[in-house]
Amino acid sequence: MNITHPESLIFWTVLVFVILLVLLRKYAWKPILGAVKSRETSINDALAAAEEARKEMQNLKADNERILKEARAERDSLLKEAREMKEKIIADAKEEAQEQGSKIIAQAKAAIEGEKRAALAELKNQVASLSVEIAEKVVKQEFSDKDKQLELVGNMLGEVDTTLN
Amino acid sequence: MSIARESVKFIAFLTLLFSISVFSQEHHNNHSEDGSEEAFDPTEVIMHHISDSHDFHIAGNLSLPLPVILWTDNGLVTFMSSEFHHDEAGEVVVDKKGMKFVRYHDEIYYAGANGALDFDAEHHPANDRPLNFSITKNVFTLFLAAALMLLIFIPVARSYKKHQGAPRGLAGFMEPLILFVRNEIAIPNIGKKKYERYMPYLLTVFFLIWLGNLFGLIPFFPFSGTLTNDIVFTGVLAVITFLITTFSGNKQYWGHIFATPGVPKPLLLIMIPVEVLGMFTKPFALMVRLFANITAGHIVILSLFSLIFIFKTAAVAPVSIAFALFMFVLELLVAALQAYVFTLLSALFIGQAVEDHH
Amino acid sequence: MILAGIGAGLAAIAAGIGIGKIGGSAMDAIARQPEAASKIQTAMIIAAALIEGVALFAVVVALMKG
Repeated sequence: MNITHPESLIFWTVLVFVILLVLLRKYAWKPILGAVKSRETSINDALAAAEEARKEMQNLKADNERILKEARAERDSLLKEAREMKEKIIADAKEEAQEQGSKIIAQAKAAIEGEKRAALAELKNQVASLSVEIAEKVVKQEFSDKDKQLELVGNMLGEVDTTLN
Repeated sequence: MSIARESVKFIAFLTLLFSISVFSQEHHNNHSEDGSEEAFDPTEVIMHHISDSHDFHIAGNLSLPLPVILWTDNGLVTFMSSEFHHDEAGEVVVDKKGMKFVRYHDEIYYAGANGALDFDAEHHPANDRPLNFSITKNVFTLFLAAALMLLIFIPVARSYKKHQGAPRGLAGFMEPLILFVRNEIAIPNIGKKKYERYMPYLLTVFFLIWLGNLFGLIPFFPFSGTLTNDIVFTGVLAVITFLITTFSGNKQYWGHIFATPGVPKPLLLIMIPVEVLGMFTKPFALMVRLFANITAGHIVILSLFSLIFIFKTAAVAPVSIAFALFMFVLELLVAALQAYVFTLLSALFIGQAVEDHH
Repeated sequence: MILAGIGAGLAAIAAGIGIGKIGGSAMDAIARQPEAASKIQTAMIIAAALIEGVALFAVVVALMKG
């Protein structure tokens, strides 16, 4: 095998290859690789965005759950408070009623006591005056000795007092 | 079923192609043998087939004349190769601008005053020859491959501009190949940061070599010329790889060659020449590998066909064709594989040159 | 011519052994680590290409002499 006129193929290969490289680089490889690359980045971006959205969704869901939980807790606490308040009100009312009742009862007792005392005093007075009248009449008619009569009356009144007490 | 039918059709088609190429070769032999009753010389036929030529032989006596462009002592001289009338023995003299040219075994010489060649003791022509920039068969094939690449890839690039999204049609076929070069060859060997600068070179080389290999496997005009079985072509590509490697070599790369880290000073006396030699043997191996792989495949296929003429019987034809078909399919694989290997090793060498740290 | 043929044959035998060993080892490695198949394949092709280069030098020498 012998190599003939290598200069022709060397010359044309270098020329054609350089032209081909320049043309293809400008009009083929750069646009193709650029398009492929931008597509890859857009796919990657889309995937990243989807992941982001998924995460956000999860966050949102967690948030919702948290808010719901809080609301539920608040409601529970409100209910509890209300119940407590009700019980307290009822208890207060009961206490007050009892107090009032006992007060009224005490007043009534005091009033009754007063009335009784007044009635007794009245009675004593009336008994005394009655006795005096009786005694005057008895004395006027029967007794000459006034000291004897008075002693007798005093004894009799003492008897009345003990029976009344 | 339909796949089976398709493959039967495909094999029948390939067989047809082969018979065409066998017939054309037969005619060619008759043609070259007319005049004398020489015995069939397979070496000469095969060597003729795999060599460059000023005519593009199509079939039978039909040839496409190609322009001959000579840079002579008196300036540029151009004429069509048909003016030599298929003469390769230095007998037909072409007279241009007062100069006489003869062609002897594909080389064009200045003819002597008597219009003939002088031969030296070893039977080589002793005449001077002009610089020859002819559009030979291989140059023609190179133009064809380059034109085809422009025709394929520029519309593909346009189709990306027209519609975004998934590639369609031809772009859908070409994109995996381009991505293969990027993802399997460039990125692993050069690295993610620096590969982009070298992508245009790697892609151009990959597809040019592949097309050049495939053209040689298509047995009819305007293909049949093989770019890559010319050592000059593969040599130019290897030199370009060498230049890119050398000029993109960083401190690390040159440091590795002239002061290999971890090597004692006296040993550097041996290491430096070895490393410098390595710089040149790598592209040399690149050149020879591609050339020899493709040439060897062609020689085997042509040798198998030559058996028919050596035994002078058509009975050998089925065996020849069966084996040649097997070789042909293997060559289809080799065509892609060698393009891959050349690009891969180019990327590897470039990667070594631009590597940051070990 | 015959000597060139013998030389090419010897080169082919040597390269055959070399590439056979690489291929065999690569198959072993792939069988052991199927997930690293693509990396092993690349390394195998590079190694095979290097050996093949040496063999092809011999082929070219044979062609030049032949």
